[in-house]
Amino acid sequence: MEELIRVTNLIKNFPVQKSVLDMLFSGKKQQYVHAVDDVSFSIGKGEVLGLAGESGSGKSTTGRLLLRLLEATSGSIFYDGRDISTIGKEELRRLRMKMQVVFQDPDSSLSPRMTVGQAISDPLRIQGLASGAEAKRRAIQIMEQVGLTPAEFLYRKYPHQLSGGQTQRVVLARALVTNPEFVVADEPIAMADVSVRALILELMKQLKREFNLTYLFITHDLATAKYLCDRIAIMYLGRIVEIGTKDQVFRTPHHPYTKALLQAVPVPDPKERRKDALPRGEIPSAVNPPPGCHFHPRCPFAIDPCRSGRPPLRELSPGHFSACILEP
Amino acid sequence: MEKTILEVKDLSIDYPISIGTVHAVRNVSFTLHKGEVLGLVGESGCGKSTLGLSFLRLLRAPGRVAGGSIEFEGRDIMSMKTEELRLFRGNKMAMVFQNPLTSLNPLMRIRDHFFETLKVHNVFTNRTEAEKKAGDVLERLGIDRQRLHEYPHQMSGGMRQRIMIGLGLILDPEILIADEPTTALDVIVEATFVDLLKLLKEEYNISIILISHNLAMVAEIANRIAVMYGGKIAEIGTAEQIFAEPMHPYTQGLIGCVPNINVDQESLVSMAGSPPDLVVPPPGCPFADRCPKGMDICRQKMPPMKEYRANQQTACWLYE
Repeated sequence: MEELIRVTNLIKNFPVQKSVLDMLFSGKKQQYVHAVDDVSFSIGKGEVLGLAGESGSGKSTTGRLLLRLLEATSGSIFYDGRDISTIGKEELRRLRMKMQVVFQDPDSSLSPRMTVGQAISDPLRIQGLASGAEAKRRAIQIMEQVGLTPAEFLYRKYPHQLSGGQTQRVVLARALVTNPEFVVADEPIAMADVSVRALILELMKQLKREFNLTYLFITHDLATAKYLCDRIAIMYLGRIVEIGTKDQVFRTPHHPYTKALLQAVPVPDPKERRKDALPRGEIPSAVNPPPGCHFHPRCPFAIDPCRSGRPPLRELSPGHFSACILEP
Repeated sequence: MEKTILEVKDLSIDYPISIGTVHAVRNVSFTLHKGEVLGLVGESGCGKSTLGLSFLRLLRAPGRVAGGSIEFEGRDIMSMKTEELRLFRGNKMAMVFQNPLTSLNPLMRIRDHFFETLKVHNVFTNRTEAEKKAGDVLERLGIDRQRLHEYPHQMSGGMRQRIMIGLGLILDPEILIADEPTTALDVIVEATFVDLLKLLKEEYNISIILISHNLAMVAEIANRIAVMYGGKIAEIGTAEQIFAEPMHPYTQGLIGCVPNINVDQESLVSMAGSPPDLVVPPPGCPFADRCPKGMDICRQKMPPMKEYRANQQTACWLYE
């Protein structure tokens, strides 16, 4: 498969804010949150890569770095073979036509003072693609494609006059109006109701086919990830601990953290209730992550070598990598 | 079957607002048995949280009970006097809310939260005894009793949620109402929390009403499930019945909307449309307009709630 996105050795550290007293009197070294800690992966054209993990795993930060909504501390991002980690503002703006994003909360992603039509046609104006009647025609067209009908009627509405499912469709329409190739969807359904979630997921699947899209789908919900994604990367404290095809990760998980996550996913079937024990504790702070494999303090299989040195991602079978030193 | 501990009969709750009256809960009846977990599921606006608040008479104005009764062991909660109600709350029935961050006071140590609860309910004797009591509860929940002396910000989200449960349990209630208790939690923490509820049910025989939109989580623990839609109970039955043989088309749709990690799903059920306006509720079944099997009568007359299979009741004209 042809590659659309390649990320190599991506790192993002956020400085921890020090109090005034600390700055004046203590010689304490500046501390950092290691949000993304040397992450590499690629996404093929037309592929859906799921980035899954718990809160604080660095999955959203990774998504933002990819779009350069945040600047990486180090590392490179290639889009269609071209290094975009250092390109200038103007070039970046033009590139954003091809790379779009959908966030979690549609209500805070839309300006309450812009009509649906304005919101959707705005990217066309910013990119200089269309204006006036032509922009409206294209906005109406995309609205129909995402199921915002009757489009002419909804075009004049404000976000507060729409239902939750409709506002998320507006956000999708706005992302797709410039005809992008790549969409980062950061928990696009986390705030929605059960039936709205199903509608949005189905719509995303359909749009992917129609527009030949490539997605980075960021989620904490593995059941949803399994439903939509071709490949999955599992993140823990800023690192990818396992990556592979959907079948490799879900059917033959290797990393103990992946296994724990899979066990914890509730199953909508009372006949299949979980009986296994769960890992102890919660995800530790990314300011002082445990040395060695970050998961070792919670891992039931941890051995001495796990406590020092970063375990490398090993290829277990073609395309299936795990950062655990234990034999499968 | 175990004995009935809570009986809700024909309960209706209204919110009079400027443009009319929102009929948030309409003629809801069900029973809660001793020692069971009843899941109350539905989407936002279906009335599940309003219903949950009414059991403890915690509805905020302008919300009010417009009809029906709620009986705890034969006593009508609606007619309790202030003092009686105060003693009922916490001692007999306790509630755990969605967001542990906003429910704990950041300026109070964990132990002071417990002391306050004990004092309000007139069972505070002295600090040593109260601290022992609170420590015992924390240990039951898997938290070191030393943490009583810490502040909420020193604890993780999952731990704070357990503290909330602890505050609910300190007076040894018979019923625990948990409203979306895991919404703010991560997957593994949520699973740990479900294990905790199982423990409470099995070892302490507490009856639990679990209010949630997360069907998969409810499936992990509930004995019975009530599905709400448009202020009404559409269907109620055992967890197995609701997931394996749902009768109401809304339940069928809702179950089909949920991705299942153990199954390779080609597509999910798409339910078009949105819930009805509860200011002017439709005269018939609230789901009629979205129902793939809707008939004329569905739009005209509300179907009766009937037990069509043992333990499984539904309100749908398809079965009449």
